[in-house]
Amino acid sequence: MTGAAPPALLRMEGITKTFGSARALDGVDLTLRRGEVHALVGENGAGKSTLVKIMTGAYHRDSGEMWLDGERVDFDTPAQAQAAGVCAVHQEIHLLTHRTVAENVYLGREPRRWGFVDWRRMNHETGALLAGLGLDIDPRAVVGTLNTARQQMVAIARGVSLGAKVLVLDEPTSSLSPREVTILYDLVRRLKAQSTAIVYISHRFDELYAICDRVTVLRDGRLVSSHDLASLDRLDLVCLMLGKSRDALRAGTTAFGEQRHAPAASLTAPQPPLLRTEAIARGSRLRGVSLEVAAGEIVGVAGLLGSGRTETARAIFGAAPSEQGAVYLGGRRLDPQSPDDAIAAGIGFVSEDRKAEGIIPELSIRENLTLAALPMLTRFGIVSRSRQVEIVERFMRRLGIKAASADQRIRELSGGNQQKVLLARWLCTEPRLLILDEPTRGIDIGAKGEIQALVNELAASGLGVLMISSELEELVEGSTRVVVLRDGRSVAVLQGDEISQQAIIHAMASERAPAAQDAAS
Amino acid sequence: MTGAAKPARVAAPPSPPAWRRLVPGPAYAAVAALGVLVALNALFTPNFATASNLWNVLLQVSTVVLVAVGMTLVISTGGIDLSVGSVMAIAGAVAAVLLDRGMAVALPAALIGGTLVGVLNGALVAALRVQPIVVTLATLIAGRGLAQVISHEGELVTIDHPGFALLGRGHLGPIPYQALIALASVAAGVFLLRATPFGRYVLAAGGNPAAARLAGVPVQRTIVSVYAASAFLASVAGLIVASRLGASDAAKIGQNMELDAIAAVVVGGTALSGGRATVLGTVVGALIMQVIATSFNMLLVPYSWSLALKAAIILLAVYLQRPKRV
Repeated sequence: MTGAAPPALLRMEGITKTFGSARALDGVDLTLRRGEVHALVGENGAGKSTLVKIMTGAYHRDSGEMWLDGERVDFDTPAQAQAAGVCAVHQEIHLLTHRTVAENVYLGREPRRWGFVDWRRMNHETGALLAGLGLDIDPRAVVGTLNTARQQMVAIARGVSLGAKVLVLDEPTSSLSPREVTILYDLVRRLKAQSTAIVYISHRFDELYAICDRVTVLRDGRLVSSHDLASLDRLDLVCLMLGKSRDALRAGTTAFGEQRHAPAASLTAPQPPLLRTEAIARGSRLRGVSLEVAAGEIVGVAGLLGSGRTETARAIFGAAPSEQGAVYLGGRRLDPQSPDDAIAAGIGFVSEDRKAEGIIPELSIRENLTLAALPMLTRFGIVSRSRQVEIVERFMRRLGIKAASADQRIRELSGGNQQKVLLARWLCTEPRLLILDEPTRGIDIGAKGEIQALVNELAASGLGVLMISSELEELVEGSTRVVVLRDGRSVAVLQGDEISQQAIIHAMASERAPAAQDAAS
Repeated sequence: MTGAAKPARVAAPPSPPAWRRLVPGPAYAAVAALGVLVALNALFTPNFATASNLWNVLLQVSTVVLVAVGMTLVISTGGIDLSVGSVMAIAGAVAAVLLDRGMAVALPAALIGGTLVGVLNGALVAALRVQPIVVTLATLIAGRGLAQVISHEGELVTIDHPGFALLGRGHLGPIPYQALIALASVAAGVFLLRATPFGRYVLAAGGNPAAARLAGVPVQRTIVSVYAASAFLASVAGLIVASRLGASDAAKIGQNMELDAIAAVVVGGTALSGGRATVLGTVVGALIMQVIATSFNMLLVPYSWSLALKAAIILLAVYLQRPKRV
């Protein structure tokens, strides 16, 4: 950094960490100054949590150096890091919910008197600590009776009482209400004034710009850059996170081709769209998404991590039903309450997490492929072997699934072939609408092109496709329309020539929907 | 079983021979172990290889097989059923107190009563998401108590009914009825797992419940069904034991049966983590345990030594099928 910069409190240099054959971090640097709030941002797999875990002693780095207060440090355990003053407060708060605030704050180092816990002193000092942080919390209250925000404050207070010089807050606002967020901000500013360095991980841009001084951007395990946040606008930040240059947004690398930009027939024709959602909402992550998909259309869904993309898909499929708003299919209100409802109505859903929510690892390709179609293949309670074999054979050929035989266990296949089996699982139910969440994630280039071409072909034959993707090329080239989500809301719909990487990034980054902005100012 | 599909292929590894597909997975070890045990016994244990002794083994193994087939289904959903022994006692007790109204009343009542315990187990596991080991431990305890209440505060209720006695003592030609019933349950288990949607749902729910739910598998219904099936088979086993004894002993019938059944399933090669099942393996597992018990008995080796060997075999089986991931 520049010579005028204040001396670093914590410095990490060339941090590298490998898990098996996957490199999670590759030569990452990070510098924290006293009294700064430092944002750490990046999309999935960027390496944020790995970096933080190395900083706080949960993981051990493979190579690289780390200095705290000018001294080389090496933490083997979180306890060592805490003792040195580096402390993390995680998304899921780690507190003993049945014990009191004071017990939690002093857990493992209770003040003693003649060998017994000195309750009076413990409660008194905890009270003083909380008051010093501007928090009105009773030290004798049982933690489980406090709301999430206050539990989080207690966790932070514990870190402060441990003498934390560096405090890591990992998505601290993910379960807080707007009012609670302001309490958190107050606390963060107070800590900052006491020259604590704070690492702040969040997906919400409003928060980053409200509270953070500097930002470090990671992508695919590498350091992209560190900046003063004030001199970096939102569009630049999104471009850095996604690895796009602001001027030269390239195109033309997917198998979708360019032909889909013609406006879909449904835009002019009067018939109702196949799928329509009206301001569907659930909890704090899905806060009003409205979109439409017509038969034969591929509608892309864009948004940064945490913008509510997956939540939208799960609500439409009934896996995590919406609590407000409405889902219509074919003009009729559906509001599926379970995947069964959605499947019966003709919806298929390929999850973004193939391993956890897609494959049944120990079952064969044949059983995995026909799992959703079993009711149709069953006569008198017996699965028709011949029809099953016929369908499996047909789809394995049509999708080019490469395997030794249909009897092979699905876990032995490559990611691309597994994904094709999961696509086939829905295609053989002859759905009207297919929801694809990151259909090409973690798949080699060849299979990726094949899947993209297949999706295109399916849409051309009349299937409605809702495609969530974090790859802008895929969205731009594959979609008839693109719905952009931000903070759980649909904020823009792009169609025809409006669809470009630039337009999508703009919509992802802009401060608020224009109307809301006018109202606020 | 011809896996006829011939799709695009890469260098295909030779598909396994037909006999191996019959008993999939880690069950080869169990088959081999059974073969070795039988061969050694045939050579060294006097009178082992006689028809009467082999029928004896068959007779004793059949109730374990019945219960273990149900246990295989439960375990392959990732669950466990500790309550089978108590369910056996309940079925025996219900039959004993109702037999004077005729078999047509007593048998259905006993089977339904026992199966209801399984439905309760399944409902608690599926709907309330209580851990199977805790749910069925509770029904193990409560069920034993209930059986004693039914049989007049735990008295030994003697049964004197020639028709009912056939269940545990009758033969069809040389083959005991109970062995036929056990065989039928094995056939049903194999058929369910191979040919019906239910069988796939069981394996899918055990292999990856989240994925199964998203694929439209009725996970909850499947779980209730496997516990009900387990309890139904345990009820049948309870009736057989009561018939063999000529009495319902609510405090004793089915005691420790859950352990024998789980051991048979595990030794047979069904994964405790769920998602894989082999009913035939379970039969082999039950036979291994029974052959050990019988031969040690015939060799006049103290009972405690046969327990030690059984324990060693269970540990070995679990070791062989431990997850191979790093």
